[in-house]
Amino acid sequence: MAILSDPPEGPFRLSMLLSDTRYRSLTLQAITALVLALCLAYLYRNISTNLQAQGLSLGFSFLQDPSGYDINQRLVEYTSQSTHARAALVGILNTLLVAVLACITATIFGVIAGVLRLSNNWLVSKLMAFYVEIFRNIPVLIWIIIIFTIMTNVMPTPRAFRGDAATSSMLFDLFAFTNRGVYIPGPGFSNPFFASVGMNWLLVIAVLVGSFFGARAIGTWATKIQEATGDRPTTWYMILGVWLLPVAILLTVMGLTWDIPALKGFNFTGGIKIGGPLIALWFALSIYTGAFIAENVRAGIQAVSKGQTEAAGALGLRPGRIMNLVVLPQALRVIIPPLISQYLNITKNSSLAIAVGYADITATLGGITLNQTGRAIECVLLLMLFYLTASLLISAFMNVYNASIKLKER
Amino acid sequence: MANTEVSFVRTETLPPMAPPIGEQGIVKWLRENLFATPANGALTLVALYVIYVILSGSMPWIFNGVWNTSSLTECREVLDGTRGACFSVLTERWHQLIYGFKYPPDAYWRPNLTFVLMLVAIAPVLFFDLPRKMLIFTAIFPFLAYWLIWGGTIMTPIIALLGVVAGGFVYTRFVASNFAIGFFGAILAALVVWIIGGFMTPDTANENAMLQAVPSRDMGGYMLNLMLGVVCVSLSIPLGIALALGRQSDMPLIKWICVVFIEFVRGVPLITLLFVASVMLAYMFPPGTTTDLFLRVVIMITMFSAAYIAEVIRGGLAALPKGQYEAADSLGLDYPQAMRLIILPQALKISIPGIVNVAVGLFKDTTLVSVISMFDILGMIRGPILGGAAEWNGVYWELFLFACIIFFVVCYGISQYSQWLERRLATDHR
Repeated sequence: MAILSDPPEGPFRLSMLLSDTRYRSLTLQAITALVLALCLAYLYRNISTNLQAQGLSLGFSFLQDPSGYDINQRLVEYTSQSTHARAALVGILNTLLVAVLACITATIFGVIAGVLRLSNNWLVSKLMAFYVEIFRNIPVLIWIIIIFTIMTNVMPTPRAFRGDAATSSMLFDLFAFTNRGVYIPGPGFSNPFFASVGMNWLLVIAVLVGSFFGARAIGTWATKIQEATGDRPTTWYMILGVWLLPVAILLTVMGLTWDIPALKGFNFTGGIKIGGPLIALWFALSIYTGAFIAENVRAGIQAVSKGQTEAAGALGLRPGRIMNLVVLPQALRVIIPPLISQYLNITKNSSLAIAVGYADITATLGGITLNQTGRAIECVLLLMLFYLTASLLISAFMNVYNASIKLKER
Repeated sequence: MANTEVSFVRTETLPPMAPPIGEQGIVKWLRENLFATPANGALTLVALYVIYVILSGSMPWIFNGVWNTSSLTECREVLDGTRGACFSVLTERWHQLIYGFKYPPDAYWRPNLTFVLMLVAIAPVLFFDLPRKMLIFTAIFPFLAYWLIWGGTIMTPIIALLGVVAGGFVYTRFVASNFAIGFFGAILAALVVWIIGGFMTPDTANENAMLQAVPSRDMGGYMLNLMLGVVCVSLSIPLGIALALGRQSDMPLIKWICVVFIEFVRGVPLITLLFVASVMLAYMFPPGTTTDLFLRVVIMITMFSAAYIAEVIRGGLAALPKGQYEAADSLGLDYPQAMRLIILPQALKISIPGIVNVAVGLFKDTTLVSVISMFDILGMIRGPILGGAAEWNGVYWELFLFACIIFFVVCYGISQYSQWLERRLATDHR
């Protein structure tokens, strides 16, 4: 039997700070804190002397000055008279826009490619393997620039749509694909409830959220009936109605109109313009990240053991239900965590917008604003703060979701 | 009864019949793999169509390519309206794509030799079967590579090497008694040698050196991508190990420093760190000093990849069974010994595939330096070649194809190596 003995009592000696395990960690931490403080003080001194030498001082008041530059692609009102802070807001919204769009399309590409790669069709699975390897092994920046170059060089100019001898024509007379971007019909209201356009759309979104909860309530109600009687009432027409009717009524009352792009002079006017840089960035991020997601999806589906499918089949489930009730819930558990980090990667890679001139936060705050005001430290710090917040928020949100689908054991 | 001439049962085995025509050879393979169901057949036809479109678009273009003209207009004249690639941009500008546009042409052998030597130096690290003595060359290689690429006096790398040797000597001398004394003593010894060496080297040493000195702003092209990738990955592995161990530490202060650093770096895009390198880091150095942009970029990319490698290694550390830690403790090993002898060898082995993946990602990310106006291969394509003189203005497919191939070969090669290694390191029986 081991007998633990107390360390020998004795007077405190200085060498015990390093040799005695009771004090050693404290000593080491004190040294670390000291070194860290010295480093920070040294950096602070350098920064302040360097700034003084250039006659600058740290401060964020420059954000209130008029920016003096224009931004083509924007979601909120902005002119060159707006402040730098407003430009940063435009940039933030643009970053979020391209990140959300790319997350959605990358997931679609990735799921299709991942599932097809597991197909027992030899040709299709080889083709998908080719896609995955090609796109994974070439830098995303090259893809962004390639697609942007193709956009600007291969697509027809607006001039090609003009006159009787037009070499290009609009798709269904609704969409125009030009080298400056894609023009699509834009919705508008002839009888809006609010003066501001954004408020009207918020109303539409609010109604859709209401429909979502309505549809969920119908599902719960049907499950309750099923548990009580064994028969599940037919609900699809109710759910369809809950989704479509309220929003249709609202849009009719507000008078939904479509603003169709038309060629006026040298360029298209009307409708919504999706600029070339946005398309290049969106598409490049989607196919690049899609290749990674395809690998995650494949790994996730392969991680579900074959016995699960066979057991479900032995229980008499149909193939569709086997997929929905047995395979997918288990595969998702493997797919979701790497999918989150792919979404984070998309958000971070969207900063490459600066290479093609899409006005995201890196291009506005970290690019033009920085160059115009010379406030390097403040701009870069704000930029990092934004990305850090976005990353932490995404991972926090996804962790909550991940915890909710986690395997719950006894 | 004994003499039965007629038997009811066949006494000899029939030769096996050939399987039906639909169940053998290419027909069976086609039916099972391409046309199993109508939907599958439709998918095959779609895939065939996609392949046809890709090949019919690219093949004539590639095989009709022109390889020996000096400008785009000349190339278009040769093509005379037919579809074809102007690969002559590659034959004429390949040196710019590989070495950048300012590296002295008569010194191209230096990066080439360095590249070959790098393969030799890296081989014993990647393949464990090679003789361990080759690691000596690996240790010398960084100094040799510095001298070959940057040129200048040979004193600089020799003094750097001497400092490291002195440090290593002090470390092996004292590490047996106390890790801390050995570690910090080694750093001190190296510093002393470097400072003394710095005084001994004359300021004019670079002027009549054997190799012409090349400043790092003259380097570019694919060479710059390779240099950044190799330097940053090798520097970030020790830093990543330190961060991973720090994150697992019992000491709250050290743990939190590491956590904040790792999460911060992983939360921001590399491009913002490169902005820090290009516009912000200048404010942090002592007034009056000017540092190389290359060095600043190396610092930031190293920090970036160290955070990712730290997370990979943390995974490796967490995958080790707790018994390994306890076994090390019960042998009476102290923390440095336990880590050095028991934990890290196993944890690193588990994390090698992950580290290789980070390395591939990092190598691809080195193209981002073109955004802060360094002329790597992408910067060369977008800057001097496409946007510069009118000779090659408009040749983009060929150049991007070249860039794609050159990255694909390296990245695909490394990831195949990683998969091979994963299979080799798998010790579980399946």
